[in-house]
Amino acid sequence: MRHKGKFRCVGVTDTGRVRDHNEDTFGTDANIGLVVLADGMGGYKAGEVASGITVRTIMGLVKDAVDREDLGQRDEETGLTRPAILLRDAIQRANKIINQTAKTQANCEGMGTTVVAGLFFDDKLTIAHVGDSRLYRMRDGRLEQVTQDHSLLQELVARGFYTPEEAGRASAKNYVTRALGVDQAVEVEITELPVLKDDVYLLCSDGLSDMVEDDDIQLTISTFGANLETLAKQLVMLSNDNGGRDNISIVLVKVLESFPAQRRVIDRLLGMFA
Amino acid sequence: MARLVLSLDGQVLAEYNMSKERYTVGRLPDNDIRIDNPAVSGHHALVINILNDSFLEDLNSTNGTYVNGKIIKKHALQDDDVITVGHHTLRFVDGEGDEPADEFEKTMVISSRDAARMAVPPPPPPPPQAAGAGAGMGPQGAFANGALPKAKLQVLSGQFAGRELELVKTLTTLGRPGVQVAAITRRADGFYIVHVESGTEGDFPQVNGAPIGPQARKLHDNDVVQLAGVKMGFFVN
Repeated sequence: MRHKGKFRCVGVTDTGRVRDHNEDTFGTDANIGLVVLADGMGGYKAGEVASGITVRTIMGLVKDAVDREDLGQRDEETGLTRPAILLRDAIQRANKIINQTAKTQANCEGMGTTVVAGLFFDDKLTIAHVGDSRLYRMRDGRLEQVTQDHSLLQELVARGFYTPEEAGRASAKNYVTRALGVDQAVEVEITELPVLKDDVYLLCSDGLSDMVEDDDIQLTISTFGANLETLAKQLVMLSNDNGGRDNISIVLVKVLESFPAQRRVIDRLLGMFA
Repeated sequence: MARLVLSLDGQVLAEYNMSKERYTVGRLPDNDIRIDNPAVSGHHALVINILNDSFLEDLNSTNGTYVNGKIIKKHALQDDDVITVGHHTLRFVDGEGDEPADEFEKTMVISSRDAARMAVPPPPPPPPQAAGAGAGMGPQGAFANGALPKAKLQVLSGQFAGRELELVKTLTTLGRPGVQVAAITRRADGFYIVHVESGTEGDFPQVNGAPIGPQARKLHDNDVVQLAGVKMGFFVN
């Protein structure tokens, strides 16, 4: 499936003002409507090894699959869409590679990474995520957080120990409960939503979402939404102005046109008699 | 390390260091913190310790569990909270001062099994909005007001010459969509003008006669901004 001209994609990554190197990685492919962002962790250079493996693996596997198969199928047993299965399998593959690498290379021990990935197909967006990297949607001037973090804090909120307001003041901000590379297997959360023209999607690492309040992100997107490059730079600048205590990565996707799937001729013919 | 101080009528009876994950409070002998008093239920309450935080949960006790005088079902414990069960009180001391607190340490992974071990039913679907995303950033947040400089733009040319615009917002959008749009951002160290869009590719706003390009440009007192054919003066108040 080709999506030429349907999307504008922009990505930036910045070390921030405190860390000495950048462990985040992102990838975009506007032609197939694929975006991936990963926030690595681990000693020495292991964090960027983990996030790099993840982005390369997902970009590669998903692109191959998109080139050769029909994404319109749905799995009969699980009810999952093809995009959901592709993203899930690619993330699980990346998990295995990181886990194996960590075991066999001394300076990669204990490395891991979060990931959030989105695949646009047939006027829908399929999102797969693990950890606390997020996807937001901006529609009609309103920003909405689509993914829920796999973090200790989010679990405590969900279990009723904190209100969302209290959570902002809580100390346990930086513990993720799921990450790639930690175990042999990883549970991937899938979310699917309908997409409209003019939507703006934001993928980001916690270097943005921990440093800049949602209201400020919303105001910045409404002001600079016409210019994704400048918007991305402004968001990085805001994180840095607020302290820049972590690496900041941002991927923005603007939907320029709707992108319904082309039905195969045979399906269209059958549809006429249905 | 956090601890609980058990008292009755102002007399300290015992101290419990929170060195393991779960402490049950109740009348029966199998409790970690046993309070042998008829006003206390067999298994009255539970304290869960996760990393540096402690949580209190009432175990459907007959007389209820109170924190600082308010009845609770679940509660995130804070330093100096006073828990009341029956006639006894347990004062919570968080011991934070014992270790240096660097809240913004690197992200770490903990097993979700640790979190799952808390004796609570599966979570209800979380609310759709952000879970405290960046909340509590406090006054140092990007758009906090305070001692930021004040400035204004004054139109110097065209039919609106003389008109003034106070730059009080953190982001002010200027210009005409389809022709030329720019924004002025107010930051801690001053005001910056940033190109947003224009009808012609590469048609940037000008400051003192020079195009600003795609980068943000800092504005100085008496700078002349030209945008969508209109000249404006920038003045720091």
